[in-house]
Amino acid sequence: MNEPVEKTLPIAAKEPTWLASSSPHAHSGDSVRKIMLTVIIALMPALAAAGIFFGWDALRLTGVCIVSCVAAEAATRKLMRRDKGIGDLSAVVTGLLLAFNLPPALPSWMAVVGSIVAIVIAKQFYGGLGYNPFNPALIGRVLLLISFPVAMTTWGPWQILSPAAGVDAITTATPLGLVKTTLGTGQPLPFVFDGDTILQFFMGAKNGCIGEVSVLALLIGGMYLLWRRCISWQVPVFYIGTVAVFATILWLADPTHNYNPLFHILTGGLVLGAFFMATDMVTTPVTKTGLMFFGIGCGVLTMVIRKWGGYPEGVSFAILIMNAFTPLLNRMTRPRVFGHGQKKKQA
Amino acid sequence: MKTRRAMFRSKGGVHPASRKRATNAMPVEFMPLSKVLFVSMVQHMGAPARPVVKKGDAVMRGQVLGEAGGYVSAPVHAPTSGKVIAISERPTQAGLPAACVEIEPDGEDRWDAARQPGPDWKTMEAKALVERIVAAGIVGMGGAGFPTHVKLSPPAGKTIDTLIINGAECEPYLTADQRLMVEAAQSIWTGVQIVRQILGARRLVMAIEDNKPDAIQAMSAAMEGTDAELVVLKTEYPQGAEKQLIYAVTGREVPSGGLPMAVGALVENVGTCAAIYDAIVEGRPLTERIVTVTGAMVRTPKNLRARIGTPLADLVAFCGGMVGLPGKIICGGPMMGLAQGSLEAAVTKTTSGVVLLPHQAVQQFSSMPCISCGRCVSACPMRLMPNTLGEMIEAEDNEGAEGLNVMDCIECGSCAYECPAHRPLVQHMRQAKAEITKQRLKKATAAKG
Repeated sequence: MNEPVEKTLPIAAKEPTWLASSSPHAHSGDSVRKIMLTVIIALMPALAAAGIFFGWDALRLTGVCIVSCVAAEAATRKLMRRDKGIGDLSAVVTGLLLAFNLPPALPSWMAVVGSIVAIVIAKQFYGGLGYNPFNPALIGRVLLLISFPVAMTTWGPWQILSPAAGVDAITTATPLGLVKTTLGTGQPLPFVFDGDTILQFFMGAKNGCIGEVSVLALLIGGMYLLWRRCISWQVPVFYIGTVAVFATILWLADPTHNYNPLFHILTGGLVLGAFFMATDMVTTPVTKTGLMFFGIGCGVLTMVIRKWGGYPEGVSFAILIMNAFTPLLNRMTRPRVFGHGQKKKQA
Repeated sequence: MKTRRAMFRSKGGVHPASRKRATNAMPVEFMPLSKVLFVSMVQHMGAPARPVVKKGDAVMRGQVLGEAGGYVSAPVHAPTSGKVIAISERPTQAGLPAACVEIEPDGEDRWDAARQPGPDWKTMEAKALVERIVAAGIVGMGGAGFPTHVKLSPPAGKTIDTLIINGAECEPYLTADQRLMVEAAQSIWTGVQIVRQILGARRLVMAIEDNKPDAIQAMSAAMEGTDAELVVLKTEYPQGAEKQLIYAVTGREVPSGGLPMAVGALVENVGTCAAIYDAIVEGRPLTERIVTVTGAMVRTPKNLRARIGTPLADLVAFCGGMVGLPGKIICGGPMMGLAQGSLEAAVTKTTSGVVLLPHQAVQQFSSMPCISCGRCVSACPMRLMPNTLGEMIEAEDNEGAEGLNVMDCIECGSCAYECPAHRPLVQHMRQAKAEITKQRLKKATAAKG
């Protein structure tokens, strides 16, 4: 039996013999790079929306963040004498998400600073992809927010569709910021949250960070991630669900000082956070129950910060705080191993 | 007879491409006798068999070549008539050296005159039936090769109320059990009834995955008019794993470290039942089995009825040879099978298939750090945390791994199959389990001495 191999056929391997490694000899075919690519594709509708609403600034910030994140990753890994790690595309995802969390007019150099903080300090100093306890893009954003509070909260002019006073009004705040400052000065709610406003907020014609404004675009990307099994439904459902429940209670208790729960869902970074940041695999729990608690925790913290905190928006902080709970949630929600501690059944 | 879906759905599991279509409609062909048959004395779990023939002996088919090396062991019989040309040491499929009786067939294939069909099994005592099963060298043919008589002799006081017949065949590529069910449903069914009589099991369940409608049809025809149940399982790997199968059928969890009898259940593979039929009704010891030879690198994939001891190279040649160099050659299925360094090994009682995978199917990746995606946690049918265990074992923390129940791992490979970071998770756990077992043995001997 020496001749079954035909020499004329193309032979793929360089080695003359076949491999003899241990099982399994099959693989799902998925890889970290493919997952990152899926996330990048899922962010494209939101990027397109950002381009529509903010034009050149959206592309400028996205480009700057991606290039500086990838460059920072390559440089740090070279300096740390690690293997080249940019092939997994995770730095591209970090760059995209950081850009999506920046206001359109932010100077490019600040975006570079944010990118370097995200990649070098929040990710590579901890050991690179897989070892970072906190979401790198959010660390970058929060550092920029506390270092450059003015630049990070400077928005363009935005026309309010249904002002409470009945007169056309233009503001340079985000919806959440406007509500917070108005209520803070003892005035009534600044605009009527009617059907037109809801549609406007859903489509994205409002002030905000470049990637967070269009809920429609984010939902399209989010559905794609769910379909491709790249995120678990538990996080977006329980995160947004908790915000909805919390906001409903506030609204029912005091409708003159609170909008209906749709307001909290359609404004700020909630949908971006719930589908793209609170679902980051590395920094969130591995069990489905853990992810459920993670989502609930994010929801509660987001609403507490929005309602009573010093900042109008709390998504970034909420997710970062819950990132810190991830190891604990993983421990607490370890599944019962098959055949262990089964409750005795009555015969 | 009742046909129903499985009532309990175990957590975990994966869905690899089944690739059974290449052979699942192909009738079993007889594999011609090889020039030399290499009959290993390690065909089963437990003590190796001890050769009782010597070079130059003439043997008849069914004659004992090696006697059981202990209670948990099984005799090995001559697969055909011929001459013993050597007692050698050759590597098994797992690559470990084992005694091997080499037989040169005389081409006449005469059965040992001493073998006789037994009396009507319905009149036989359980003990006498088990004795015949021992003598026929029957072991679990689903893959593990655990000597069947040990399972059929529960200690006094233990009752087995549920007998489950495993026709799941959840490994991709393999169709040996499926073809057996389609072509020999009646033999299987008789074997099943013999086992039931031995155990006195009240409940009898035939379990088959829903991707084998022809096997389901054939078995239900054979079982028509009886009180047995046919449970149709969802196609999912590892549905045919003993503990998962018992859970899917009965909702009972075999306790950690325990045997199926702890929950009153016993699982037998369909091939084993057919072998029991041969042993009891036909009086034939186990000398052949069905092997699926398949994979993209085989010219004509086939199901073959091959004698024990047939070299793998002969099987591949009979299937038209290879169409190029394979990436891997596997004995068994791709999820739990043994990769072969060469085609020198021979068919044993547990060789369900020889799969020749192309290079693109077995690309090698360097493993990356865990990204905590949690897919291994969702896939693990034992509900372990392979991500954490993998990291612990890499840090040589076997005690920590033991604390997280690494010993419950059934080594199905679902975690490594899913891992997008290509981490060798099941490989780590296998290594830790071996080391922990070694440590436990050491401790036990130290305590004794």
